[in-house]
Amino acid sequence: MAPIIELRALTKQFGKGKETVTAVDAVSLAIDPGETVCLVGESGCGKSTTGRMVAGLLAPTAGEILFEGRSITKLDSTAFRRYRQAVQIIHQDPYSSLNPTQTVRQIITAPLLHHKKVKNQAGSESRALELLEVVDLTPARDIIDKYPHQLSGGQRQRVAVARALTLEPKFIVADEAVSMVDVSIRVSILTMLTRLKQEFDVTFLFITHDLALAKYFAWNGRITVMYLGRIVEDGPTQRLVSDPRHPYTQALLAAVPEADPELAHHKRQIELRSAEIPSLLNLPSGCTFHPRCPYSVDGQCNVRRPPLEAIAEGGRVACPVRQAERVTLLVT
Amino acid sequence: MAKAALEWHTVQNSTPQPPLSLDNVHVSYATRKGKVQAVRGVTLDLLAGESLALIGESGSGKSTLGLAVVRLLPETAAVAPGSIQYRRGDREVEVLKLTKAELREFRWRDCAMVFQAALNAFNPVLTVWDQTWDTAKAHGWQDKKAVQTRLVELLRFVQLDPKRVIDAYPHELSGGMRQRVLLALSLLLDPQILILDEPTTALDIITQRTIIKLLRQLKEEQHFTMIFISHDLAIAAELADRVATMYAGRVVELGKSNDIFYRPRHPYTLGLIRAVPTVTGGFEQLFSIPGSPPDLINLPSGCKFHPRCAFATDRCKQEEPELATVGPAHEAACWNWQQVEAELQVKPLHRGALNVLADILPAAEVS
Amino acid sequence: MGAIQGFFRSVGTTLRLMTYNKAGFIGFLSTCLILIICLLGPFVIPLDNKTKLDQIYQPPSAQHWLGTDHQGRDIFSQIVHGGKDVIYVATVAAFLSTAIAVTFGTLSAFAGGGTDTVIMAITDIMLTIPLFPLLAVLAAFIRLDNLTFLGIFLGMLSWAALLRAVRSQALSLKERDFVEAARALDLGNVHIVFRELVPNMMTYIVISFTLALTTAVYTQVGLVLLGLVPVSSSNWGVMISMAWTQGAIFYSDAMWRIMAPIAAIAIFQLSVITMTRSLELAFNPRLRTIV
Repeated sequence: MAPIIELRALTKQFGKGKETVTAVDAVSLAIDPGETVCLVGESGCGKSTTGRMVAGLLAPTAGEILFEGRSITKLDSTAFRRYRQAVQIIHQDPYSSLNPTQTVRQIITAPLLHHKKVKNQAGSESRALELLEVVDLTPARDIIDKYPHQLSGGQRQRVAVARALTLEPKFIVADEAVSMVDVSIRVSILTMLTRLKQEFDVTFLFITHDLALAKYFAWNGRITVMYLGRIVEDGPTQRLVSDPRHPYTQALLAAVPEADPELAHHKRQIELRSAEIPSLLNLPSGCTFHPRCPYSVDGQCNVRRPPLEAIAEGGRVACPVRQAERVTLLVT
Repeated sequence: MAKAALEWHTVQNSTPQPPLSLDNVHVSYATRKGKVQAVRGVTLDLLAGESLALIGESGSGKSTLGLAVVRLLPETAAVAPGSIQYRRGDREVEVLKLTKAELREFRWRDCAMVFQAALNAFNPVLTVWDQTWDTAKAHGWQDKKAVQTRLVELLRFVQLDPKRVIDAYPHELSGGMRQRVLLALSLLLDPQILILDEPTTALDIITQRTIIKLLRQLKEEQHFTMIFISHDLAIAAELADRVATMYAGRVVELGKSNDIFYRPRHPYTLGLIRAVPTVTGGFEQLFSIPGSPPDLINLPSGCKFHPRCAFATDRCKQEEPELATVGPAHEAACWNWQQVEAELQVKPLHRGALNVLADILPAAEVS
Repeated sequence: MGAIQGFFRSVGTTLRLMTYNKAGFIGFLSTCLILIICLLGPFVIPLDNKTKLDQIYQPPSAQHWLGTDHQGRDIFSQIVHGGKDVIYVATVAAFLSTAIAVTFGTLSAFAGGGTDTVIMAITDIMLTIPLFPLLAVLAAFIRLDNLTFLGIFLGMLSWAALLRAVRSQALSLKERDFVEAARALDLGNVHIVFRELVPNMMTYIVISFTLALTTAVYTQVGLVLLGLVPVSSSNWGVMISMAWTQGAIFYSDAMWRIMAPIAAIAIFQLSVITMTRSLELAFNPRLRTIV
């Protein structure tokens, strides 16, 4: 089965001349229909930029995005608009992703009516109520005439999801969709998204900096780790979380604070050589992680960009030096 | 990097009395729509040298309580009734009755508050040195050299390069560096108590770990008494000796860290723990808490958590429970805490984590 | 149907929000009162056109609330009749300049690139041209006696500053997530400009409209005083002009004749400006939580 979304050497640069910032550097990734893929990394790693390029909101500088096998950069404007409708995005900030001057009704019926997904006004209202029920905003009649500021953060995110569903998309990019929602509500939104995946046959790209959440949401899927615009490791979640191979992934997993005292006191401490994150304007040569990497090999790591290679245990790793070494994350 | 010893820091572990005692503290705001009851009767003792985590979500009152201790609440807030007693050596003062001058002394010498390191925690036109010197001067220090020496020592302690940071403006520093500068500044006058509000929120994961390590050092090596205010359970698990969970302006459970995480007795605490995933702990089914936090102007009757509680009974709708002992040094405000205990016998917490740990530890400390 | 209900609901909400700011509410009531007097008053109170030589420059009395002018005519009735033209022209001018500024300001911000550069260049040129000298020159070529035409004329010359402000607001709004969501949903540029951007700028637009209104009133009066507009009917500006040229400021008896129209204009301007305090509240969606 062909991947639904495929990124080939996708690159995005901002600025000109000396001030050029390479936010995304030759990222290659394939996502199969129905797969759950998480893109994780710290701020500045390029995951949001990648997500917006996939959603057709930002034009790539180089490389290709293929949707159902066809390159989207080569599409004519009508076909490109169809692509943009098939791929939707859910933003991070529930306080700015909804127009404060519109009611929920207006927000959801606008795309339905604009793209003639319904026959008339009455049809749009009943479809809007249906969608609100799908995202667990019940009773829908109570919510539909409210303004965004009358809803909680979690409710707003659900409205954003309902809005994304109006065009029956095949692919949804969720960009930090639960980061600004209360902790006790996050799980219910993630459960709702998983249900949507099954009921509506939607494939998700879940972008987050929260590794624990990524592990939970994509337990049966994949995680891709990015650092300074490049993929450093990806693979099945269960493998990546228990047996990370790239030193950055290991440092990241070791650094995540755990909501469990026993785990917290038995985690391996990984010291990086430098606490400073390099600026995107002045990236280190070769492997961009080498100044901080405890295993850096002079003459190799600071010279050649490591290729992203498949490993037998599943997934790919961009570290020829350490890709065969296992590191346990919990110690006595 | 060599660790500074902070020799000038005196440890108060010998005090028999707790350095901070809150007694029935209430905080309310008057708004157009009515009175917002942000904190409704918190009674708590902070023991010498301990780290206490105040955990709660938006609207729980945790930040308000922290600000009330250092009296940094806006004019519209009324901190009454209630009292906040502070003790150091022979001194004992009622914080809520301090004069302005006494308060200024209190805020840096006795109890320092470390805010989230957003850019607006700093004056953007002052360098780190300027801010330090301003603060020191305001508290009576005259000797520039002494202040500079102490600042350099503190910056080294928080693992920053003093040469790089002393003359930098806030916008030239990264989020993690700013948080560390705030921490260093708070230690300048050798306070007894540190209150940290969301110390790791909005920081990158690896930076968070550096801050946590630093705080752990402050705790274990320097024996500072600390209060962490956060919505993040993980920071409580990493750093706290005792944890207090807050809901709708009250402490609903208080106990040692292990008791809270493995043997909670309040349905809200249980709900929170069941809603948060771990990274290294294998797979564990998570559950949200249904409903949403209550309206602080129109609170529900009885126990404020009852509309969202799976254990709620009729009594819960009528009477609000007080904190009651449910175990050694463990209190919970719930009429049905024994049902919670029974539920945990059947479905213990973090089974996945314990399985993972069982692999590496011959006899893991099983709850 | 829903739209009509929505409209009435928002009118009701707006009225309620007007009461929130005391000064603003007084301004609102005052503006309404003046509008009623000026628009409906002329039907109720006849204009006193008869010359009565025995009643020249009478002080205010029960018969003549504001006294009489140099021909014995009742000043109060002149004031009542003199407002509608001034207000009409000002409204037309404000409406047109706001419409131009909003449409082209948001278009410029949204389209960017060449369109933006061209529009901004024109705007900058307009900003540097002084209004009155331009009007003086144009008045030599164009007859400005038609009220609507005068309004259009003023409107076409005063949109520049507002356009810049609208453009910068739109530029910042453009980056908001909900605008990006509208792009992802492929709702089209027209929808984005008029349903996403403009409603979020309403506070600013409405306040700018009222300020344009007050500016237009002053401009009109200035034009009349400079003799650039033919004096065809009696309105507040004309009353001031006539009183001035006939030396009313030199006679204490004639005080009412010159002060009445000045006061009328001043009160109108003050009411409108004070009203904007409440208007701000009315259009700021975050404050709708209070209602």
